Amino acid sequence: MKEIFKLFLTFAKVGCFTFGGGYAMLPLLQKEVVEKNNWATEEELMDYFAIGQCTPGIIAVNTSTFIGYKRKGVVGGIAATLGMVFPSLIIITIIAAFIRSFADLEIVGHALNGIKAGVCALILDAVIKLIKKSVIDRYTLILFIAVFFIALLTDISTVILIILSGALGVLISRIKARSGSGKEGA
Amino acid sequence: MFLYVRLFYEFFKTGLFAIGGGLATLPFLYEMSAKTGWFTAHDISNMIAVSESTPGPIGINMSTYVGFQTAYTYLGIAGGILGGVIATLSLVFPSIIVIELVSKVLNKFKESQIVQNIFYGLRPASTALVAASGMGIARVAFLIENTGSIAVNFKSLILGVLIFVSYKLFKLHPVVYIAAAAVIGIIFKF
Repeated sequence: MKEIFKLFLTFAKVGCFTFGGGYAMLPLLQKEVVEKNNWATEEELMDYFAIGQCTPGIIAVNTSTFIGYKRKGVVGGIAATLGMVFPSLIIITIIAAFIRSFADLEIVGHALNGIKAGVCALILDAVIKLIKKSVIDRYTLILFIAVFFIALLTDISTVILIILSGALGVLISRIKARSGSGKEGA
Repeated sequence: MFLYVRLFYEFFKTGLFAIGGGLATLPFLYEMSAKTGWFTAHDISNMIAVSESTPGPIGINMSTYVGFQTAYTYLGIAGGILGGVIATLSLVFPSIIVIELVSKVLNKFKESQIVQNIFYGLRPASTALVAASGMGIARVAFLIENTGSIAVNFKSLILGVLIFVSYKLFKLHPVVYIAAAAVIGIIFKF
């Protein structure tokens, strides 16, 4: 029961400080889920992000459900997800009811511009951590560079990129295994 | 009552078929607007502005906003609050079911070589997608783009570098840096 409540609170905290979409919550998740609570490893977090992008629903919710479920089953998944959406419910309801011009407020604009610069710095750090764990040989380096530029320069759906990368992972592993065993034979 | 059932139906559908980031919910909202007349395309652009300038995943913010707004118009403020809650929970409902099923399957085959090989390819791709999305935010944060001209926003760039360095040095909670960035943005009128 205690951990279920902690899941809710932790994800509420992450939801409270996520600005700019699901990817922007990665630095917070690394801190809370991987470093502080040991609920998942860096690799698992990456896997959840990858799967969360090609399954129905938005990434932030999918990732929360994954981690909650891993810790405490169905109830854990629900608790983590409700935690993630809780701050939005409160904040958006207040704004929609009382401060319609919120997005036009000058002070909000200034704060957001500062936050964007800060979030970039945090994402850069998060990406460096992920690269250390995911780019482990030249094949994964090529895959990383290719997906990065395709995502940046084209409109190809991330769902397709994720599925293709998974298939390539299987293919490359086969080739590696074959050439590896070939060498042993020779 | 009927309104709530429709909100549930529309947002459940969106949660089930919108795949990817929160902005993937947008086409569904435009369709909803055309079909139900609950809100206009202009309202949607206002909702996007609010969703992007408040904490929380954009898809969730949009659902709460639309749910509240729609029910508020017909049923007042208490009705609006319930509408926001229903829309948001309906959006996450399919995710919870699908991800719990996927988790179950994954746990079963976690050790299998083929799943390991899939992840071997998925991990660099997933990292690249995060990096690409970071570049998207960096473009808005560090470049001033007008028609025909691009300039570097040095104020933001300096803040970004400072935060990166101090994050590496002091390793405080990311929340501290986000809050500091907001305060600096307000004080120095970013």
